[in-house]
Amino acid sequence: MADRAQPVRAGAGIVAAGLVAAVVLGALGAVFWRAGGGVSPGPADWAAVRFTVLQALVSATLSLVLAIPVARALARRRFPGRGLLVTLLGAPFLLPVIVAVLGLLAVFGRAGWVNLGLGALGLPPVQVYGLHGVVLAHVFFNLPLATRLILQGWAEIPAERFRLAAQLNLGPAEIRRLLERPMLARIAPGAFAVVFGICLTSFAVALTLGGGPRATTVELAIYQAFQFDFDLGRAAFLACVQIALTLGAALIALRLAAGEGFGAGLDRPVDRWDAATWPLRIWDAVAIALATLFLVVPMAAVAVEGAPGLISLPASVWRAVLTSLGVASLSLVVLAALALPMVAALSTGRRGWIDLAGLLGLAVSPLALGTGLFILLYPLADPAALALPVTAGVNAIMALPFALRILVPAARGVVADHGRLGAQLDMGRGPFFRLVLLPRLAPQLGFAAGLGMALSLGDLGVIALFANHEAATLPLQIYRLMGAYRMEAASGAALLLMALAFGAFWICDHKGRARAVA
Amino acid sequence: MTCRFRSSHLTLAAGCLIGTAAVADTPTLTVYTYDSFVTEWGPGPVIEEEFEKTCGCDLNLVGVGDGAALLARVRLEGERSDADVVLGLDSNLVAAARDTGLFARHGVTADYDLPLTWDDPDFVPYDWGYFAFVHDKDLDAPASLQALADSDLSIVIQDPRSSTPGLGLLMWVKDAYGDDAPAIWEGLADNIVTVTKGWSEAYGLFLEGEADMVLSYTTSPAYHVIAEDDDNKTTAEFDEGHYLQVEVAGKLAASDQPELADQFLDFMVSDAFQSAIPTTNWMYPAVTPEGGLPDGFDGLMVPGKALLIAPDDVPALREDALNEWLTALSR
Amino acid sequence: MLWLDDLTCQSDDFRLRADLSLAPGGITAVIGPSGAGKSTLLNTIAGFLPPASGRILWDGDDLGPLPPGKRPVAMLFQDGNLFPHLSVERNVALGRDPRGKLDADTRATVARALARVGLDGLGARKPGTLSGGQQSRAALARILVQQRPLILLDEPFAALGPALKAEMLDLVAELARDQGATLMMITHDPEDARRIAGQTIVVAEGRAASPQPTVEVLDKPPPALQEYLASSA
Repeated sequence: MADRAQPVRAGAGIVAAGLVAAVVLGALGAVFWRAGGGVSPGPADWAAVRFTVLQALVSATLSLVLAIPVARALARRRFPGRGLLVTLLGAPFLLPVIVAVLGLLAVFGRAGWVNLGLGALGLPPVQVYGLHGVVLAHVFFNLPLATRLILQGWAEIPAERFRLAAQLNLGPAEIRRLLERPMLARIAPGAFAVVFGICLTSFAVALTLGGGPRATTVELAIYQAFQFDFDLGRAAFLACVQIALTLGAALIALRLAAGEGFGAGLDRPVDRWDAATWPLRIWDAVAIALATLFLVVPMAAVAVEGAPGLISLPASVWRAVLTSLGVASLSLVVLAALALPMVAALSTGRRGWIDLAGLLGLAVSPLALGTGLFILLYPLADPAALALPVTAGVNAIMALPFALRILVPAARGVVADHGRLGAQLDMGRGPFFRLVLLPRLAPQLGFAAGLGMALSLGDLGVIALFANHEAATLPLQIYRLMGAYRMEAASGAALLLMALAFGAFWICDHKGRARAVA
Repeated sequence: MTCRFRSSHLTLAAGCLIGTAAVADTPTLTVYTYDSFVTEWGPGPVIEEEFEKTCGCDLNLVGVGDGAALLARVRLEGERSDADVVLGLDSNLVAAARDTGLFARHGVTADYDLPLTWDDPDFVPYDWGYFAFVHDKDLDAPASLQALADSDLSIVIQDPRSSTPGLGLLMWVKDAYGDDAPAIWEGLADNIVTVTKGWSEAYGLFLEGEADMVLSYTTSPAYHVIAEDDDNKTTAEFDEGHYLQVEVAGKLAASDQPELADQFLDFMVSDAFQSAIPTTNWMYPAVTPEGGLPDGFDGLMVPGKALLIAPDDVPALREDALNEWLTALSR
Repeated sequence: MLWLDDLTCQSDDFRLRADLSLAPGGITAVIGPSGAGKSTLLNTIAGFLPPASGRILWDGDDLGPLPPGKRPVAMLFQDGNLFPHLSVERNVALGRDPRGKLDADTRATVARALARVGLDGLGARKPGTLSGGQQSRAALARILVQQRPLILLDEPFAALGPALKAEMLDLVAELARDQGATLMMITHDPEDARRIAGQTIVVAEGRAASPQPTVEVLDKPPPALQEYLASSA
């Protein structure tokens, strides 16, 4: 179909993508420029690259493989508390890393609940540190995200298709082949690329649970090059390796993510006649129960640990809450300003560099990005004065890949289904965007906004490079509390952060889904 | 008062503007330090108040990550840096800091209470501590690094590539064992539960019960005694001696307030500053204050022998030691 | 008057030639075997597909450079004629003001159109809550307020039962006549053509023939159509 017949245009999206690319590549360029050129990394760096890729591959594969049955179960079951559970699924992903790691250790650690149970049964303890510990933590972080992305895919199969399948008396196996597999072929590669990218830039998880320098990731090598060796050239080179790895994975994923959308439905609630058998019910119940246990118990541990600290939180923590909420709100505005035009541009089926620019936020080392921005901005203004806007901007760029993954497939569906009618009615870009695209994307927008907001709330990222003590975000404040022996207050603040991130996510996500039903 | 960007609070911003006008003639001394120094529990607030009483200036303490990040930040900013003084470098970073050529000589003389002689032309010490492994009192602790390596106790340490205590342990083993350091690391490999990014993570894991011992300082139990009324934590004394961490400050050559910077370094070794250190930074003050050390400090283990590699020898040793460490622990 | 001037339509690997004109105001059926290119022809006229060659003229003006919404065309597709998240009233109102403004004047026009198609009082409903016939009526109400001189129907009523379909065809014929609009409708059913279309275009074997009186075409079908009619009878 001719491009001019679509009521969406790519212009603003190209500008937004260009801006993102300019910021990220400009920052890396600044690091190279300051270093006076790149330096080739040594054998230890290449060992780090190998370990990074290995753990990311295993983590992403496992996250996805486990997410599919959970998402399928959630897609075809209605039960009390389902909405809450779907929202809760967002939570681990939103936790600051050290909080989540401590939560996991309360369950799987040496003195954790699992080992206490094993000990009571006279069984030897399990050791969590090592590659499997890294993978465990990454699955904990990313299983929920993968589940939500795939669940989104299921939701995009119109109710009419399942009705048709029921009418044809298709069993679960046929439904898998005819409806679910094509959907997964479309959604899964993108989800895999996102999770793979997240695991690639992992730092504290791999270091804390890896059990030693065997588990050195590229991000740690970058950190070392910046902070200890002040070898900017090597840091920048490694940051480029990291970008190349993520974008390479993304390119492969996007090429694999073939297949068509499902066409328009009439927004009927989905009934699943095919799944009413007892074996399937039990299977789904087990999948949901196991995933819930795996995700919720460590969070409950965070809550149990944090509750005593909540009562005596110092005033600075509350100030940090206000700062964090301000940063997250600003970040959301920037995210919307970047994501919406890019979604419109990508919704016509266009791909290529806009997509890649959108992924840069996932691929770039936060430390390299922050340092590059510092080099660029330092001559212009007081870094402390820019701490909060820069943090908000960087958070938006980091959240952009997730927002695009969530919004673009749905937006493509909207344009495919309604673009012709919009064009026929001479709606023009603005009205089509306002009257059709945005309302049709309400659930995805809510999800993306909630994720962006929560990511920003939980991000330690670049604020540490810019901030001084008067402009601390909540995660930074938690680290400061820990650094001052105040572990109890830190646990309390961590619980508060979990509640905030979760609350912000719930409000946005819920609003989006409520609008979709209305 | 200091005026910084805030995302909200218009009234505060307005007050800030008025404040700026009022203090426009007051010179500002900018001191870069690590994050935990400037928090409300750190020495920052007391020191700011005390120094401003006498200097007729505005002391602007800027917290910048940890010790390593602090040096990286100063290097990034170079001669354009707003900082007049950098406070919080560790003895192992001194040579790297000196190599930048950004620091100026100081004229401070003081009667330091350090276990070893400190005589550095560029950097003034303000506190120090012995690295040590912290454990619960009921643990049957080993009496040396070698005994620890031979035991099946579990420990958490920090990564020498990302944290100053981690680097301190690396130097400790190197100083105590020289060419035999790799053997010690190989012996320790099965004791090390995990290696963390920084001190906070390691100490947090220890408190969660993930390991029998954690690399920290001999002064750490003082925090638990004084702030938490918990005397169940102690440190193991090792025969080889304990490596020192000396925390220092230096004046930047490009400072536009050189006199104030000198004044601050003098203030740093005075009683007003030093008496704040024990219960805010949880380290030994470089010059013991007139009132002595607070109560919780008297029960601390005092090592029989202090170790420290001369700062200027650190860079040459570091790379080899790091490779030995990587090799031993990657097996 | 619609004039397809030596037009070649192209869609993927297939071509259709048309060189014909339609007098204003009449109803023309487009009939032919499946896959012969009926939809391609209408989509090209509506502007969704660029012509491979030739021109489409309306009252002497070349429609080629105009995007779909700027053409004097209102079209109903096989499905997806209503936005499911907008009320019937807003859906219909888009035909008058595509920017979505809903002032008193527009509301009154929409209410009249809804009354005209028999959907009085259902303006606040969402399309998903309407029956198939009601959805068709809502789409027709929008055609009514669009006031375009050329109406194209790509089998929008194919899913309805015979009685309901006949009712819709009568209604659309009546609306077109009232507006003085030219109507082109694709159909598979010769009875549809007999019912409302005075003339018929046969699309087969890569060509769209000039319109002929429907009765003649159906009573003495050209060879290309014979087999199709026989099989569908």
